[in-house]
This record gives sequence, structure tokens and C-alpha cells, in this order.
Amino acid sequence: MLRTQGLRYNYAGEGPQMAFPDIQLDRGQELLLLGASGTGKTTLLHLMAGMRTPTSGHVELNHQAFSELSVAKRDLARGKHMGIVFQTAHFVRSLNVTENLALACTLAGQTPDDSRITSLLDGLGLGHKLNARVDELSVGEQQRVSIARAVVHKPGLILADEPTSALDDTNTEIVLNLLRKQAADAGAALLVVTHDQRLKDHLTDRVELASNPTTA
Amino acid sequence: MKPARLARRNVLDRPLETGLSVLLLAFGVGIISLMLLMQRSLTEDLDRNIKDIDLVLGAKGSPLQLILANVYHVDVPTGNIPYAEAKKVMRHPYISEAIPLAYGDNYELYRIVGTEPSYANHYGAEIESGRLFDAAFEVTVGAEVAAKTGLSLGDTFYSAHGLTDGTDVHRDKAYTVVGIFETTGSVIDQLLLTPIASVWGVHEDVADANEEITAVLLKKKNPLAILTLPNLLRDTPMQVALPAIEMNRLTQQFGIGIRSLRAVALLIMGLSFVSVFIALFASLRDRKYELALMRTMGAPPQRLFKLVLFEGLWMTAAGIVSGLILSRIGVILLANALADQFHYDVAQLAPVNGEYLLVLAALAVGALAAALPARSALKIDISNTLGQGR
Repeated sequence: MLRTQGLRYNYAGEGPQMAFPDIQLDRGQELLLLGASGTGKTTLLHLMAGMRTPTSGHVELNHQAFSELSVAKRDLARGKHMGIVFQTAHFVRSLNVTENLALACTLAGQTPDDSRITSLLDGLGLGHKLNARVDELSVGEQQRVSIARAVVHKPGLILADEPTSALDDTNTEIVLNLLRKQAADAGAALLVVTHDQRLKDHLTDRVELASNPTTA
Repeated sequence: MKPARLARRNVLDRPLETGLSVLLLAFGVGIISLMLLMQRSLTEDLDRNIKDIDLVLGAKGSPLQLILANVYHVDVPTGNIPYAEAKKVMRHPYISEAIPLAYGDNYELYRIVGTEPSYANHYGAEIESGRLFDAAFEVTVGAEVAAKTGLSLGDTFYSAHGLTDGTDVHRDKAYTVVGIFETTGSVIDQLLLTPIASVWGVHEDVADANEEITAVLLKKKNPLAILTLPNLLRDTPMQVALPAIEMNRLTQQFGIGIRSLRAVALLIMGLSFVSVFIALFASLRDRKYELALMRTMGAPPQRLFKLVLFEGLWMTAAGIVSGLILSRIGVILLANALADQFHYDVAQLAPVNGEYLLVLAALAVGALAAALPARSALKIDISNTLGQGR
């Protein structure tokens, strides 16, 4: 599904080059990417998602070059094959919950399936919020909607950036289980990037990022 | 969800900013459109009354006053001219049609005009009831006069002396209404027509040599009439004036007012585009996470450019449509307020040619005002925007 090779990145004029371990992720696989803050976790996630272009090395998506594609083509491929849960949930403010999910389908090149959207939200305990404005939701509800949005178009790969950092133990477990269940239901690979040591107990496959990713 | 539909949802989600932009544009477009509509109806009104009258013969004085008095019946005449002298001009070989007018009396401030049946025919005035005047002291009444004074077939009335005062009533000879005209949209609607003899106060159309008339409306047979007649009249108390030229001069006089009003309207339109521009820029600043997010969900930069462009165009289109509706409401209100002077008909709400240009220009400038903010949507760095606090 996803393969990275010799990824390196440096923020222009902003310090030394970062080197990342190679990562390989297949369909149905779960992987935890663990690292303390400052280890470039989010940078690595953005490189894998094609939101940044690596200084060297490359990313393959479905056995095809991904990081070398043009910006617009990467956007299209990402929308189609990936679902991303960001640390902070963002939405299109003018659209309600259902419409935000429908937009994810449209942008992924699919016709929105209303019954799938409804059952997905029902399963996440949001059945009563289908037509709610997104800014009327609680933070926890927003997090669940963003998980639903990441899986609604049945992507092959789900990326989650610190999905639990702001949650207590109970909610951490709930959100993680939701992510795993949705990924399993969609037959997708799941990659969770976090500094949250609590997740170690749940996900056995993991890569720990070096506390200092800098190379000479 | 198509970009156009999402654009509409986005602008409606910010009702205040959108409302201000739409309102400003609606006023700018509305004022210009109202001016175009009024200008058309005024020009048509003026032209309908000039209708093939090439020259007006009357007493020396202001040529504009001669035209206003005898073609539009809104000013007092420059004086009277001897009928015998006028006849020489009327029979001139360069003249194809001549309609004499003689007046000086009114009925409830509507002018009683002595003339010949050709005057009614010239404006295509049809009889609604009764018949055209024939004998002296018979009148055929214009549609509006009949409606306002309540005169109907068979009524008799006395005329009042002068044109602006209804108190000095002649009690000697009574006029009889023998017919009522249909509405023509021309000056005929506001007049009472009678044979010239009635104005002279006699029952026969055999005037003595000293009888006078007010003016003659002339149609030329030969364009040389315009050059020849003024020379011919140099040593007489008479002159000829050209309605087309005098009215042109008049419209140029109030052209200054129209130009400054247009400048104000253009200024308001300019402000509305600035407001569209600012509204979009401010909204993009607030929505940069949202736009970055759409990129991660599979919207390439071009799609975001299109989205922001559509948002600008949506506001522009809403402003244009509201403006065109406003101007039409304005025409209807003005028409009702000026019902006496202003002949209102539904055709006046049809688009004026200038409005097509106005709409195209507004759309073009609206697109331009949206293009700059839209360009900034192309340049969002999604990783920096979404990964803050990495």
C-alpha cells in the first residue's frame, strides 16, 4: 500500500536535515509511529501523505511513485486513496455534518452514498447530529466526525496524527478502537502517529522515531 | 458537491459581509439602470411628440420656448403671428405638410387648441367615442383631459382666458364635447382640439386679414427648407425653429446632472467591488484551515481557485439582479408619483441596450475582484497550515 525509502527532509533555512526510517505498510496492517515531540512525526506523516515533498528519498503508493507527482496529482491521489485524521478537527464550516462527509466522497471522485454516511455516523453515536452545524459539536464529537470523514470514501490507507493526545484514558481507548474498527471494516491500513505511550499497549506493530532525527 | 453550490453555501454562511457587498452593488447597478430606463422613456416621450415635425413656425423669440410651447405644450408661446403671412410659408414648395395651431384659452388648465383635423391624424389619435370636431365650438377631448376633468360626450363648458389661470371665464360662447380620443401617449392626451374659428370667436372659418394664429408645425418636402426658410423670414416677425436641435440642446443642459449622478453610481459600484474583494480576503484568512483540508481531501489548487472565483461571481450576480429589480421598482414608483407628466407603460421595464453592457462589465469586474483572493488560495501551504505545532 505505502512504502517510503530513504526519506530526508529539511525545512529551508530552518536547521539541519531530518532522516526517517523506511516504512512499509500493507492493506489491513496497523502501525504505530511513536516519537517524542521534536522527532519530526508530523513531518513524516505529511511526507507520506504527499503534503510535503521530501528533499531526498521517495514515497510509493500502491506500487507507484507518489512523492514525484505534481502537487495537483498528489492532491487527487491522496483524496482517493487516503483518509487523514488530523490532531485538530477542521471542517467546511458552511456545510453540516452529513454534507462534510458527502464532500469527502465528492472530492475523492465518488458519488456520495447517503445511506453509508448515515449508518457510519449512527455507528459512531452521531445519528442525532446528521444535520448539525459542525461548529455546534463538542470537541469529542468533532473528533468522531473527522474519523467518519477519513473512512467514508473507503480509502486503502488511514493516517491519524495524534488522534488521542487531548483525551483521557477512557476516551483514548474509545477513539483508538473506533479507528481500528473503521479501518478493519474498510479493509484499510492504519497508521497512527503519536507521542502517546498509552497506545503501545494496543498496537503491537510500531516504529519508534529516534529522539534526534538529525543527520550530519 | 459542485464548486458552484459550495460557493453559494460559503457566501450565505457570511450573511453580513455578503449582504454589504450585494447591497452596494445593487445600489450602483440600480442607479445606473434606473438612469438608463428613465433616459429611454424620456427620449421616447420627446421623440413621440416631435414625430416627423421638422420645423415649427412662430413668433420671434427663444427658439427653445417656441418648441416647448407648440410641440410639448409646456411653456407659454412666444407670441402670435398673422395667419396671412404664415400661409405664405405653409404653401412654400419645400413644405409638404403644415398644421396651424391657435390657442390662448384653457379649460381647467388644459389647453384648448384651435387646429385642423390633420393635427390629430399626425399623432395617429383614434376616436374612442363620438367624432372629430368639425364646426366651430365643437371639441374633441384628449384621453387624459377627459379622465381628469370628467368631460364626456355632449357636455358643454366655457373656456377660461389665458393658459395658466382658470378664473377669468368667457361666458359668451359655450364649447360642446363631440368626441373623446383614445390614449396616444403623445401630447394630444392633454389637449382639447377645436377648429381655429372657435379660437377667433367666430362661427365661420372665413377670417379677416388681421386674424392671428400661434404657430404652424411644418414637415419639409426638401431638406433645403431648413436653410431657405430662416432667410425668407429674416425681415418678418416670424421665425422657424428645429425641434430636434432644440431638444438636443436641452438634453445636453441636464446632461451635466446625469453625468454627475452616473459618476456617483460608478463610485458606489467601485466600492462594492472593493467590498467583494475585502470580504473574500477576510473569509479566506478565516478559512485557510478549511481550504487546506479540502486539498488533503482531494481538491487540487485549481479547484479551490474556482471555488473562490465562484464565491465572488455569486455575490456579483446577486448584486446585479437586485440592482435591476431595484431600478424597475424605482421606475414604477416614479411613474406613479409623476402620473400626470409621465406616460407609463409596461414596455418601459424591458431591458435597455445599455443594461447588457452594464451587466457584462459588472460581471467582468466582479470576476477580477475575486481573482486576486482566489489566487492566494492557489498558494496555501497545506502542510504548514495543518501541521502547526509539529
